[in-house]
Amino acid sequence: MYSGHVACPGCGASLAMRLALKGLGKKTMLVLPACCWSIIDGPFPYSSTKIPLLHTAFETGGSAASGVRAALDVLGKKDITVMTWAGDGGTMDIGLQALSGAAERNENFIYTCYDNEAYMNTGIQRSSGTPWGAWTTTTPNKKEQPKKDIMAIIAAHKIPYAATASVAYPDDLIAKYKKARKIKGTRFIHIFAPCPPGWKSLPEESIKLARMAVQARSFPLYEVENGMKYTLNRPNPNEKPIPIKEYLQRQGRFRNLNDQSTKLIQKNVDQNWQNLLNKLDK
Amino acid sequence: MKHKRKKMSAGSAAPTSRKKVISGNHAVSYGAMLSRVQVVSAYPITPQTQIVEMLSKLCGSGQLKAKFIKVESEHSAMAACIGASIAGTRAFTATSSQGLALMHELIHWAANARLPIVMADVNRAMGPGWSIWTDQNDSLSQRDTGWLQLYCESNQEVLDTVIQSFKIAEKIYLPVMVVLDAFVLSHTSEPVDLPNIKLVDKYLPPFKPKIKLDLQDPHSFGGLTTPEHNFELKYKMQVAMAEGVRAAKKADQDFKKVFGRNYGIIEPYRCQEAEIILVTSGTITSTSRDVIDELRKKKQKIGLLKIRMFRPFPAQDVIKVLRRAKKVAVIDRNISYGVGGIFCQEIKAAFGNEKKQPSIFGFITGLGGRDVTPETIMEIVTHTKKNKYPKQPIIWIGLKK
Repeated sequence: MYSGHVACPGCGASLAMRLALKGLGKKTMLVLPACCWSIIDGPFPYSSTKIPLLHTAFETGGSAASGVRAALDVLGKKDITVMTWAGDGGTMDIGLQALSGAAERNENFIYTCYDNEAYMNTGIQRSSGTPWGAWTTTTPNKKEQPKKDIMAIIAAHKIPYAATASVAYPDDLIAKYKKARKIKGTRFIHIFAPCPPGWKSLPEESIKLARMAVQARSFPLYEVENGMKYTLNRPNPNEKPIPIKEYLQRQGRFRNLNDQSTKLIQKNVDQNWQNLLNKLDK
Repeated sequence: MKHKRKKMSAGSAAPTSRKKVISGNHAVSYGAMLSRVQVVSAYPITPQTQIVEMLSKLCGSGQLKAKFIKVESEHSAMAACIGASIAGTRAFTATSSQGLALMHELIHWAANARLPIVMADVNRAMGPGWSIWTDQNDSLSQRDTGWLQLYCESNQEVLDTVIQSFKIAEKIYLPVMVVLDAFVLSHTSEPVDLPNIKLVDKYLPPFKPKIKLDLQDPHSFGGLTTPEHNFELKYKMQVAMAEGVRAAKKADQDFKKVFGRNYGIIEPYRCQEAEIILVTSGTITSTSRDVIDELRKKKQKIGLLKIRMFRPFPAQDVIKVLRRAKKVAVIDRNISYGVGGIFCQEIKAAFGNEKKQPSIFGFITGLGGRDVTPETIMEIVTHTKKNKYPKQPIIWIGLKK
């Protein structure tokens, strides 16, 4: 990446790209369905990435990348990595069909979902990646439905590799891309990427918030191989988690929550954590 | 026991073509194979499915060395073609009706991205009520997207047009839609001359894009363009479209030099001293030819203009033929609701600034696949002869009372 991109201060998505590309190296081509990164990359004639980048329509992350991959294979350029870089809306909502199609065909590319938990590029509307209880412009009180479990959906496709990662853990994130790069077939990486304007949080706290989400067991870092083999990376299950309340209260988007709602969220976090532990390879 | 095949000696001794009785759909598939498409991405839909099946078979047998992406929707089919084309390969797809409509967003995208993708569309009526039969509303509702559109009359023309389309597309960097009627062509078998692929290679060299996704020369494609730049991109598309008329004529003439046949972007048929000229597209043309032949036998001054190229609309060429007639009868198997037949609109618009123009009758017939017979055409001729001017903007033929 070049300096001078046009992301907001404290943007998790721009940091995520920088780290991901560190892991993948220069022999990479990007497919970018509509998302914050459509803007971050910079307007014509500028681009802030040093590698070829294809901007494409919102719901085509899975399909356009399939086409690029096919062309590179036909041209004998099998050593080039193709990576789709999509937001949570482009992945979990409008692009889910094309992603599912590509994953079912086990197309040979990496699909990244950088998740800032709403349609942030259009100005904070709820997506199916928005967590229960969060304010957005289209959930003026709070969202009444839980966050879509995209990792479970992806795992159900039995693709060779899926992982969660966080901008607060750069070593883990880069290592996952290095690992993914060597695997053939569809690989999926779900990155937790804070968004200060959308979360109503302080730009300087983005990393802290991302770390707290992991420490609270709300966004654990793990890998799923072939849809079966679950490996937990962080947090350490023997360490005491921080209460989810501490994470929630640092963000304006959760200001409408009362104690009862917070308790409910804590209960869900605990339940999801237990579900994950049950899936782990022992 | 292996049967030894007689080896064809290379060069001039190899046959220049072979005849095969095939459907219009298979003519599309063979056309794509002979064009050596490198990536095919398609989704099944009646009445196009046989195109996909045959291409799948040709890929499976190794006769076509292409990667076939069996996507989960037409939207994804076009998205994959876009990815494949921008990465530097010759990309092809085929669809029909609802599938084409589902692609709509990416039909714009492919053209705006200036990608020389070729797609076959088997004309099928839009639902509801569900219909699998032919009319042109599916393809014509894509007329403002920046795709060239070529309408075919026979299976031979279908095969040849697929090959020509890549030649045109790769010259002007705009995508081309090859259009054929459901069932009347798609499922009807005719003898088709399959040219030797080496001759096709001579006509259509490998695709070498001016720009593509390239690690040595990285660019960002299709990004945000502010009002500072976007307007000029649109202007350049129109320039390329206008160039499309010349490019298509040249591709067609060059085709004749290599294969001995061509079609023109329009074709006047028996228009000498014609007082009435019918205007047709697709298979209605063949039916009308027979009617014209009968009427000419009876010394009637009547002719026919077949429109093969609808986009870009070759207005000057069309006017040149039609301005000599007293009356023009445009037969539309389509409708723009609230206006009338779409070919008729185009022709009226083409005459907009002409001082002298014929009386233009707009007929609509055959929607939803209702059969258009010689009797239907005769009814149109009779009506045109009887009336000096059209009494209504739309004259319905074959409508049940």
